[in-house]
Amino acid sequence: MRRYVVGRLLLMIPTLVGVAVLTFVVMRLVPGDIVALRYAGSSVPQDVIDRERALLGLDKPLWTQFVDWMTQLAHLDFGQSLWTGHAVIDEVWTRLPLSLELAVIATLFAVAFALPLGVIAAVKQDTWADYAIRIFSVGGLAMPSFWIGIMLVLGTITFFGWAPPLVFTPITEDPIANLSQLILPAVSVGYRYSAVSMRMTRSTLLEVLREDYVRTARAKGLRETLVVVRHALRNALLPVVTVISLEFAFLIGGLVVTEQVFNLNGIGKLLVDAVTHRDYPLIQALVLLLASVFVIVNFIVDLIYVFLDPRIRYS
Amino acid sequence: MEALLRARIAFVFLVTATLVIGACAQQAKPGTSGSPAASLAGGEKPTPGGTLTFVVNAEPPSFDGHRETTFALLHPIAPHYSLLYKFDPNDLTKVIPDVADGNPTVSADKMTVTIKLRQDVKFHDGTQMTSEDVKATYDKIITPNTAAGQSSPRAGAYAVVSAVNAPDKFTIEFKLKYPSASFLTNLASPWNFIYSAAKLKADPRWYEKNIMGTGPFTYVSNTKGQDWVGKKNPDYFGKDKDGTKLPYLDGYKALIITDATAGVNAIRSKQAMIEFRGFTPQQRDDLSRALPNDLAIQEAPWICVNYVVPNTKVKPFDDVRVRQALSLAIDRYAGGEALSKTTIVKDVGGLMRPKGPFAMSDADLAKIRGFGKDAAAAKAEAKKLLADAGVPNLSFKFLNRNITTPYEPVAVFLIDQWKQVGITATHDVKETSPYQADLRAGNFQVALDFNCDFLDEPDLQLAKFWSASKAGKGLNFAYYDDDKLDGMIDAQSRQTDPAQRVKLVGDIERYAMDEKAYQYPVLWWYRIIPYLKIVRGWQIGSNHYTNQDLTTVWLAKS
Repeated sequence: MRRYVVGRLLLMIPTLVGVAVLTFVVMRLVPGDIVALRYAGSSVPQDVIDRERALLGLDKPLWTQFVDWMTQLAHLDFGQSLWTGHAVIDEVWTRLPLSLELAVIATLFAVAFALPLGVIAAVKQDTWADYAIRIFSVGGLAMPSFWIGIMLVLGTITFFGWAPPLVFTPITEDPIANLSQLILPAVSVGYRYSAVSMRMTRSTLLEVLREDYVRTARAKGLRETLVVVRHALRNALLPVVTVISLEFAFLIGGLVVTEQVFNLNGIGKLLVDAVTHRDYPLIQALVLLLASVFVIVNFIVDLIYVFLDPRIRYS
Repeated sequence: MEALLRARIAFVFLVTATLVIGACAQQAKPGTSGSPAASLAGGEKPTPGGTLTFVVNAEPPSFDGHRETTFALLHPIAPHYSLLYKFDPNDLTKVIPDVADGNPTVSADKMTVTIKLRQDVKFHDGTQMTSEDVKATYDKIITPNTAAGQSSPRAGAYAVVSAVNAPDKFTIEFKLKYPSASFLTNLASPWNFIYSAAKLKADPRWYEKNIMGTGPFTYVSNTKGQDWVGKKNPDYFGKDKDGTKLPYLDGYKALIITDATAGVNAIRSKQAMIEFRGFTPQQRDDLSRALPNDLAIQEAPWICVNYVVPNTKVKPFDDVRVRQALSLAIDRYAGGEALSKTTIVKDVGGLMRPKGPFAMSDADLAKIRGFGKDAAAAKAEAKKLLADAGVPNLSFKFLNRNITTPYEPVAVFLIDQWKQVGITATHDVKETSPYQADLRAGNFQVALDFNCDFLDEPDLQLAKFWSASKAGKGLNFAYYDDDKLDGMIDAQSRQTDPAQRVKLVGDIERYAMDEKAYQYPVLWWYRIIPYLKIVRGWQIGSNHYTNQDLTTVWLAKS
């Protein structure tokens, strides 16, 4: 097992290097120029544009830029944002707490609804409870989370004259202000997230409930709650955990539109701004960060599999 | 000697008049619309205190006003700085001294401008501002130290300056290469923040990441992507006409909200009081309905315009008849009426802002192809010109930005107008970055370009009309070279008689828009600012760059 863990950790390095190379190449293939963009709409002569490009190192050959960047990376230096001139690490660090917290709250919200409702829907298959839960979950899948967000904001403004705060307050400073800002986005994102997880829980649990060992457990006279929770649910959780984990990883950088709707200063909005600005160092750092999150989450999920299903062994 | 003195006094008067005339750039007659019509509080006594919260819909790149060109820098950062001259926040038709102590003195040969400085101006670190600081500031703007990484996109606007001198501690002197009509008003450029010479000496790029000015508000904090906070500078030199110390506000907070709907919601939920750039008519109406008793609205013509730019290096747009036909096909008056209901364009005008100090009369404008009121006759002429040029069924790609307000509706309008004369234009919408790349590489047939300025000033608005291989390099995306037009632009720039200059500018408009039809405006923009009416002491101007230091803004108690 230890060998497996070390091997997986070492494998992350070439994966992330591959991501880095791919991001570098793809971004250079996309047309556009941060300097022209910076001065868009202004009467700025070409020599100023050329000088500015040189200042940012964009006039160097691509391979030189690549070597420079990889050298910096080797020293864990992500460089400076071409747009603001500030360290990329600072730009990311400013936004990361909000994105992480939102992902955690949305996940808690989603799991809190998905697991119990998914189990009820499976256990009470084809009853009114099952139908109601399925309608609820289809609603979550059908409605984009940003639209739910817009409706929530308009609803609270219209009916209560209130909208979530526009400025992020860390939870350690003022938990009320913090949750006031994040609860509505977490609900709008978590609803879709819970719908996906709920349907997965229901379908996998239905499969497991038809297994022989569940019939055996029931034949032994075990209480239904014990049969479901201890014998069926645990085995049904493998795909559910995978879905929940990947959704969590997605939430770190994928909530672009929701962040816009609630004006959240998160990683998704930063990534879109960076791409819009052709801010190469920032894009590269963010893609690396998001790739790392996915790689690490996948790794953790694999380890959770062992805990959930003792039959799984890595060597 | 006495005659020389009289000449000097007369010239000072003339210069002051020129400044005032130039300042008509700001002469945007504030209007109101919508049901909540309270706009400006007249005769009220300002109440000190409170924090102004406003929306900025973009993030400033660096913090250096000399280096950047976006309003997103001015709105949060201008309150930290002073200028040499500025536009009077109480009367935007006037230029008034800021750190200058009175109007400039211009020598008889109009080649030396001397300005006395206030002696009570302090930087936020407590050091006194002197002429060395003003000299260092203007040296950085006019002749940036490029070797040290300084950059100044507006250096060209001061090409007339041969030297900046500091003859004594509180006097600054500009030596000019030739008399210039626009130089004095350019001293009120909102970008020309006065910087500390000591800071610039220690690090020529210090101001890109730091704030330290002499303005009415000191820097408190900036959370990237979220907000910018300033507080009242107790040592600010400014006072109002009653002798009350400025600014009135205790502080301000700029909220960075890039999504337009979120910006509207911020005002609707009263988390923000105002956004200084502008909203669409629909957003104004939404806010009016939601806040019928709490909203005020100011509106004004805007010194921003979209141009149709045919690439003259690409056939058949090298043929003047084709370019003229493209302009003739556009019924601008009908377009203005229809589009002004949904987006931020409205007035028909030439190369200078309609109703501005350099605008053509309506009668003269109507004589230019494409600007007449008989749309049917113009369209018939367009068809004839296309047929004569051998392209009766012209088709091309029309390059545009993927920005809804107002680029996309304007382009859709144009495409429809062209279709009516047999032209098939395919809307080629691109993200701003590749759009800019195509413009700069000449990789397009016809494009929708745009321009915004802080001042009604021909030197600014005609910058895109210089020959593409000379002064217009990187600006003129029609890619023509025309020595005659260059000569005309240069001549108006050197003409210091305002009336004569207006005439020269009119000649340029006729030549560039009609005779050669190089590139031409579609519709001029219209600025709409709905805001909570507790905000007082702010007046809309014809641009979103000036009048942003917030010195005279105050908050009513209710």
